[in-house]
Amino acid sequence: MTALLVLSLTLVGVAGTAVVATSRPERQVVTYSLFGLTLGVLFLALQAPDVALSQIAVGAAVMPMMILLTVRTMQKDLKQRREKDDS
Amino acid sequence: MNVYAYFVAGWLLLAGGYGIVRSRHMVHAIVSLAVSQAGTYVLLLAVGYQSNVTAPVFGSTEKPTKQVVDPVVQAMTLTDIVVSATVTALLLALAVQVNKRQGTLDPDELVALEG
Amino acid sequence: MSRRARLLVFLVGGAAVAALFAIAFLDMPHFGRSDHLYRDLAVPAAVRHATANVVSSVNFDQRAVDTFGEETILIASVVGTAALLRPAREETERRIPDTGRTLGATRLVGYLMLPVSLVIGLDVILHGHVTPGGGFQGGVVLATGLHLLYVSGSYPALDRLRPLELFDIGDGLGAATFAAVGLAGIAFAGSFLANMVSFGTFGALFSAGTVPILNVAVGLEVFAGIVAILAKFLDQDITVVKEGSE
Repeated sequence: MTALLVLSLTLVGVAGTAVVATSRPERQVVTYSLFGLTLGVLFLALQAPDVALSQIAVGAAVMPMMILLTVRTMQKDLKQRREKDDS
Repeated sequence: MNVYAYFVAGWLLLAGGYGIVRSRHMVHAIVSLAVSQAGTYVLLLAVGYQSNVTAPVFGSTEKPTKQVVDPVVQAMTLTDIVVSATVTALLLALAVQVNKRQGTLDPDELVALEG
Repeated sequence: MSRRARLLVFLVGGAAVAALFAIAFLDMPHFGRSDHLYRDLAVPAAVRHATANVVSSVNFDQRAVDTFGEETILIASVVGTAALLRPAREETERRIPDTGRTLGATRLVGYLMLPVSLVIGLDVILHGHVTPGGGFQGGVVLATGLHLLYVSGSYPALDRLRPLELFDIGDGLGAATFAAVGLAGIAFAGSFLANMVSFGTFGALFSAGTVPILNVAVGLEVFAGIVAILAKFLDQDITVVKEGSE
């Protein structure tokens, strides 16, 4: 096992733990996209360029965007609900 | 050292599960589930890896006789990554709707599902 | 169940799973070993069908039925998301003005990178059977590239460039093409999704039989599907408002 593999595996483990440990979803967007990138690097090191391509596109771009939009929609909905309750 | 990759995969699965159990926010639970899923990708690719050989892509110039890593596990992983992104989208859409109807994001505050 | 009880249940279950994992992992074939039975079967099979990218060959030729199943999951998720996120009865969609609050540099980079990423996406799809890539990756790249317009701050421009009805049709069309190629396999070669087009030269653009056709079908479906999903999320965030608010 090469140093690159050990390093990228460790990074994946640490980044995955960081995603779970981040309790606020809007901050999870950042840790999750970093996690996606470390996974992409690991897949490259494991000689899987096809999988790395797919992982980087999904994990570093599509997923964070969906999570961010979801969180923003939820905050907007909660705000509207509160305004309605107040009036 | 031989099993380190497998243990990282197991760790991701369990860490994701822990995140779901401790979650106070539905979106957090969904993202934790995605971490669990990543554990299966790491396990599959680790099973198919062989030291000191190249990727299973020959391009237009290389001779297809040289040794490569296992392409079958890679094929399974790559389709799953894209498909699981759309399944996550479905879960997030459910969370948006639950939030609209119930006005809360904490799984513990959710009352029983109603029509 | 209280949070403590739930955590306790998880810790007991998780410890059992961890123990089972440890037993299994210690007994598994070693990481980086040199005997891979499936590899030894899949690589010659891909070479026989003149597919230089063995992963594509596994996905779209040797295990094409499995990919058809995955594709069905994808389209079902897209339909489900679209159904869940459509504006409810008490909500209306409003037109939003073009708020040009983005930095000029961001805007410029967004516009410059848009054609580049679209070309890369198409290249990844079309050469998926020769070099790393294919319909799944290329479709995601195309969908992400299109949303550079949103990053450059122009939601109305994105809205104009993205006739959603066409994308809904494109999603179905991709899946239908996949099924049609499969049925053609029954008609001309006797089995579903059989690779019945001439294989061509190994490593050339026209090679691998039906693999590039299925790649394009999947690429269209993934591209249209992800654009449709992101559009629903964007609509929820930007244009949908409850009646009576504001």
